[in-house]
Amino acid sequence: MTPHSCFSCSLPLPRSLSAAAVLLAGLAAAPVARSADAAAPAPASTAPASAQRAAANAFNPAISLILSGGYTQLQRDPASWRLAGFQTGGEIGPGSRGFGLGESELGLSASIDPRFFGSMTVALSDDEGAAVEEAYAQTTALPAGLTLKFGRFLSALGYQNELHAHAWAFVDAPLAHQAFLGGQRREDGPQLRWLAPTELFAELGAELGRGETHPGAARKKNGAGAWTLFGHLGGDIGASQSWRAGLSLLSARPQGRESSVLDAAGNEVTHAFTGHSRTWVLDGVWKWAPDGNAHSRWVSLQGEWMRRSERGTLVADRTGLASVAPYRATQSGAYLQGVWQFMPGWRAGLRGDWLRVGTVDAGANAALLESARHDPSRTSLLLDWVPSEFSRVRLQVAQDRVRAGVNDRQVMLQYQMSLGAHGAHSY
Amino acid sequence: MTMQRWTWRSAAGLLAALTLGLAPWAAARAELRVVACEPEWAALTTELAGALAQVYSATTAQQDPHQVQARPSLIAAVRRADLLVCTGAELEAGWLPLLQRQAGNPAIQPGRPGLFEAAAQVELLGVPARLDRADGDVHAAGNPHIQTDPRRIARVAAALARRLAELDPPHAADYERRHADFAQRWQAAITRWERSAAPLKGLPIVVQHQGFPYLEQWLGLRQVAALEPKPGLEPSSAHLQAVLATLQREPARLILRAAYNDGRGSMWLAERTRLPVVALPYTVGGSEAARDLFGLFDDTLARLLKAVQP
Repeated sequence: MTPHSCFSCSLPLPRSLSAAAVLLAGLAAAPVARSADAAAPAPASTAPASAQRAAANAFNPAISLILSGGYTQLQRDPASWRLAGFQTGGEIGPGSRGFGLGESELGLSASIDPRFFGSMTVALSDDEGAAVEEAYAQTTALPAGLTLKFGRFLSALGYQNELHAHAWAFVDAPLAHQAFLGGQRREDGPQLRWLAPTELFAELGAELGRGETHPGAARKKNGAGAWTLFGHLGGDIGASQSWRAGLSLLSARPQGRESSVLDAAGNEVTHAFTGHSRTWVLDGVWKWAPDGNAHSRWVSLQGEWMRRSERGTLVADRTGLASVAPYRATQSGAYLQGVWQFMPGWRAGLRGDWLRVGTVDAGANAALLESARHDPSRTSLLLDWVPSEFSRVRLQVAQDRVRAGVNDRQVMLQYQMSLGAHGAHSY
Repeated sequence: MTMQRWTWRSAAGLLAALTLGLAPWAAARAELRVVACEPEWAALTTELAGALAQVYSATTAQQDPHQVQARPSLIAAVRRADLLVCTGAELEAGWLPLLQRQAGNPAIQPGRPGLFEAAAQVELLGVPARLDRADGDVHAAGNPHIQTDPRRIARVAAALARRLAELDPPHAADYERRHADFAQRWQAAITRWERSAAPLKGLPIVVQHQGFPYLEQWLGLRQVAALEPKPGLEPSSAHLQAVLATLQREPARLILRAAYNDGRGSMWLAERTRLPVVALPYTVGGSEAARDLFGLFDDTLARLLKAVQP
C-alpha cells in the first residue's frame, strides 16, 4: 500500500466500534411512543376509521410488486456492445433483443418497532434469479435530524442511483452510471444522514460499506472496502419550482476487480485491477409545475456529472499472460435529461449522454489494452403513457454511439405495473 | 505539545461558539412548530393556537393533495416540526411516509403525539365495500375529503385543541380558551350557513372528482354523476358520453369541481349541457374570499347559491 492513499485506508476497528457505540447510545436514549392512548383519537361515538382494521393480518407489512417487461429492438448485435477503454462491471448494456421479461420487483416494508423501519426489495429475473436489491433497517427515533440506515441499500451517491429502476424517467441507466457505477450501485453497510435544522434543505451523509459492487470488488479483508460522502441542498423557488443539488464522493479499494475487455487484437480477455478508485459526482434536479400542481403539466430537468480516477496495478489478460503493470486512468461522463408532461398521463423526454475516455496510462500493459480514442455518446427520446398512478407504458428510441464508428438505433417498449401497496416515490 | 493544546483550545472554542450560536435559536423556539399537510388544517391550527404556533402548510389550494412530491423544502420543514396535522386516511400516502422517514424527526412518527390525523377523529363516508384497484385509487379507510363538512371540522377542532394542549402543557389553558371561543363562533356560523343553504336541499349535481360526499351529506345535495370514471383516473371520452346520457335521463343543475382540478372535463360537459360549472375553493386559499375557514364556507355557499339563482 502506498502512503499517499492512506486517508482511504480501511477504518480501524476500535474507531468504528466507538462510533457505533455513540450511535447505539443515541438510539437507546431516543424517545419512544407513549402508550397507545396518547395518540388515541376521539370519543367512541365518532367511530374512528382505523377501528375496522382488526383482522389478524393487520400487522403484515406493506407489500408491493412491480411487474415489468417489454420488447427491445436493437439494430446491432448487443454482444458487440462495450464501453471501450473503461473498466466496467455490473449489469450494463442495452439488454437482449426481442420480447423479454425485465426485473420484477417485490417489496415489503413496515415499521419494526417505535425505533426502526424495515424494507426489503427483491428483484426477480431469469438471469439473476432472486437478487436482494435492498434489505435495510432504518432508525425513526434518532434525535437531531440523524437517520441511520443499515443493511443493503441503494447508495445515495448522486441523484438517480438512489431511485429504484422503476422510478427512473428512462428505461435504462445513463451511460455515466453504466461506466462508473455498474448501472446502479448498492452498498452493504451503514449509512448515516444528518439533516440540518434550516429552512433550506441541507443534508450530509456518509456510507461505509463492503464495497463489493462496482467500482469495488469482492474482498477478503476486514474493514470497509468503500466509503461514500454526500451532501445535498434543496428548496423551492416560489410555489411552482423546486430543486435539489448535490456533491458526492465515492472511494473504493477494489482487489482483483475483473472486467472483460478486448485486447489490441480484438480478442476478449479479462483484466483485474487492484488499487484505489475515486469517483466524484455532481448532480442537480429542477422541477416545475404550474402553482406546484403536477396533475396536468410539469417539467423536470435532471443532470449528473461524474469523474473517476483510478490508480493501482492492472493484471492484463488475467487468465493468459497475466502481465502486471501500474495503471492510472482519469475518465468522466455526464448526462442531461428533460421530461415534460404535456397533458395528464402523457410525458415526453429527451436525454443526452456523454462519456470521455480521458487519459489511460497502462504502462507496460498499454500494448495489451485496446487503444480507445472514441468518446461514447447516446441520445434518447421517450414517450411515456401513465394511465394511472399504478401503470405505465413507455417507448424509448435511442441513437447509441458507444462503439467507435457504429450507430446503433435502439427501440425499447416497456410496461411497468405496480400492484399492492401505494408506493411513495422520493423526490 | 503546543500543537495539541492548540487543537484542544480550538475545539473548545468551536463548541462554545456553537452553543452560543444555537442558544438564541433554542430560546426563540417558544412557539410550537406545526406543519399542516393541507391548508384547511393550517387554518384550523391558527384558529386554535394563534401566536402560540408557527404554522407551515405543505400544500396550497391549487395543489392536488394526492399528488404532491416529497420535495426537499417539505423534508426540511418536517425536520423542524413539533406537530404534523394531516388528513390521514391515505390521502397523503404518496408523500407523507417519505417525509416522516427522511426528516430525521422522531416527534412526528406514526403513533407519536406529534402526528395528528384529522380523518381519524370523524366518521368517514365512502368506505369501500371491496378493496380492488380495478375500482381506481380507492382509499381503504374511506373518503378523506372531510374538510367540506363544517360539522366534522368542529369535531377535528376539539381533538386538535386537546393535542395542542398535550404537546404544549404550559399553554393548555390558552388552547382550551381559544377552542371554546372558536367552537362558539363556528357553531353560530354553521347555523347561519344551514339556514341560507335551504334552497340547495335535494339539488342534483355532477362532480369532477369524488371529492364532495361530505358537502353533499351536509347540504343534502344529490350527486347524479362523476366525471372521473374511477377515482384518480382521467375521464375518457366514452365515459363522458355515458355521463351525458345519464344527464339526459336525470338532469342536474350544476357541475362541481375543486379549485385544483383541471377544468377541461367540466368545461366539455358544460358546453354540451349548458350547466353552470361551479369551481369551489375546496380549501382555504382556493379563492379570493376563502381566506380562512369561515371565508371558505361563506364563499362555498355563495357560489352554490349564485349558480342556482333563478
